[in-house]
Amino acid sequence: MTLTMFTLNAFYGLALAMNMFIIASGLNLIFGVLRVINFAHGMFYMFGAYIIFTVTKTWGAPFLVGVLASAAGLAVIALAIERLLLKNLYDKEHLMQLLFTFAIVLLMSDAAKMIWGTDQYSVGYPPGLGGAINLGFVLLPQYQLFLCVVGPLIAIAMWLLVDRTRWGRIVRAATQDREMLSALGVNVPMVYAAVFTMGSALAGIGGALAAPRVALVPGMDATIINECFIIVIIGGLGNLWGSFLGALAFGFVVQFGTVLAPNWQDVLPYLLMLAVLIVRPWGLLGRPEAGR
Amino acid sequence: MPQRNQLIASAALVVLLALLPLAGSRYAVDLTTEVLIYALFALSLNVLIGFTGNVSFGHAAYFAIGGYTCAILLTTYRWPLAISLPAAVVLAGLVAAVVGYFCVRLTQIYFAMLTLAFAMLVWGVAFKWKEVTGGDDGFTGINLPAMLTNHVSYFYFTLAVVTVAIAALWVICHSAFGLTLVAVRENNVRTGFIGVDTRRMRWAAFTVAGSFGGLAGALFGMYHRGMYIENAFWTESAQVLIMVLLGGMYSFVGPILGAATLHLLQVFTNQYTTYWPTVLGLILLVIVMVLPDGLIGLVSRVKARWGKT
Repeated sequence: MTLTMFTLNAFYGLALAMNMFIIASGLNLIFGVLRVINFAHGMFYMFGAYIIFTVTKTWGAPFLVGVLASAAGLAVIALAIERLLLKNLYDKEHLMQLLFTFAIVLLMSDAAKMIWGTDQYSVGYPPGLGGAINLGFVLLPQYQLFLCVVGPLIAIAMWLLVDRTRWGRIVRAATQDREMLSALGVNVPMVYAAVFTMGSALAGIGGALAAPRVALVPGMDATIINECFIIVIIGGLGNLWGSFLGALAFGFVVQFGTVLAPNWQDVLPYLLMLAVLIVRPWGLLGRPEAGR
Repeated sequence: MPQRNQLIASAALVVLLALLPLAGSRYAVDLTTEVLIYALFALSLNVLIGFTGNVSFGHAAYFAIGGYTCAILLTTYRWPLAISLPAAVVLAGLVAAVVGYFCVRLTQIYFAMLTLAFAMLVWGVAFKWKEVTGGDDGFTGINLPAMLTNHVSYFYFTLAVVTVAIAALWVICHSAFGLTLVAVRENNVRTGFIGVDTRRMRWAAFTVAGSFGGLAGALFGMYHRGMYIENAFWTESAQVLIMVLLGGMYSFVGPILGAATLHLLQVFTNQYTTYWPTVLGLILLVIVMVLPDGLIGLVSRVKARWGKT
């Protein structure tokens, strides 16, 4: 592998990692606070991609408006799901919450078929980001560079929000002891609703940003949700920087795997998770749960 | 030992099923064969979920291993059925033992994700090992013994195998071993305190579940005369999980009821509409919102209501 090839693959791996991090960080946030494993997260990602397609292609709005529309659209959908149904399930077993989110997947997949049909769509690169930057020995596409900037920005913003603000302190308290927080006068249900909405909006943003890179087809949600699980699990459930690390590992393994072992690219992420879980059962940055 | 009326009811059900081909409907016979296979598949998973309290997301792996092994031994190697079928069960059990060794070191969601990872690995092997498994074209043209090629004789074969397997599972689940599994489910820590090696118990349950899942897969492959990589995909694992939960995981017969209900519903729904996912989604919402203990739970609640008045 030449230096040019190596740099290009590392760069594509990084861009993929950052795009995946944006999506997976939402899943991670929801799990970290609500302890709900949201199977519908991949479907939210798909809706994000479809919404930006409709907004930019059909209505002709600019790319940025499309991204915001995806975020807003998913926020509204998630808030409705949380307030109408999910809020009744927090006291039930994890298995029931998981089944519930699976039901949402099934209902939304049919809804997507009704709204957008089963055709394949594509979203072009936004103007100004369709070119490439020449480094002399390699050409780096601008859009992937853009993803490499946005990913860390979102990571830092989330870290600041959760670790450095009053609201973030309440959110972290909610992961520790819901009842105590409620007794202290915090409106815990509203915290839960906000977290679920925010996490889901991240899936929408991730989907919108992925739209220029991937083909928009029914079923695009299914692989993403498994990949997000892999990222969140290898990083350590509920750990923001763990997810960041997990996304990086995932991005590089998939990108280099596609080049070096093209036959096994579908299985490589699972091998990665296997290796991590056998060596560090609680993920790279996770901690063993008490009493287990 | 089972209570006398349970035994009589089960025997009556088997006899009734055995009389089914006399009705002369090929459709009904085929449908019942499928339901029997799925019932065994769901029951095998419930050893792990309902009895041991470990949710596996990768049970399709053992179904596929059993199915592919039996198909390949029968067709590629021309082994007789009497050896191929047990070999398929043994191999599925062996793989489950190896995978289980790693999985039972974890609990809850981590356990579930590790089972999923291993299952996707099995899927990857079935997909890529094209010379042996047929890859994404599937493994077709399974060479069945002549006496089983007729759909009625295959139905009787399935009925006999599934009946014996379910009886064996019943004995396992109600033995001292099965009761220990329930203790592990109810309180892992306390069960450890009284001297039970809980990890080993969960490992054993994992292996039992995998073996019987493999048997169901072998029956499935021979029935369809083919195995396909979809049978190893995670959606198949999700479907059998739903069967278990729909029927009711805390009862022995629940998964049988769940498998029958879900499969029949799917077949009938597909005759009228392509929106099976919507129907399944609504069924799941009903389970989650009002039927957390499944159809069996509903039956016992209705019984309790009648008992009072």
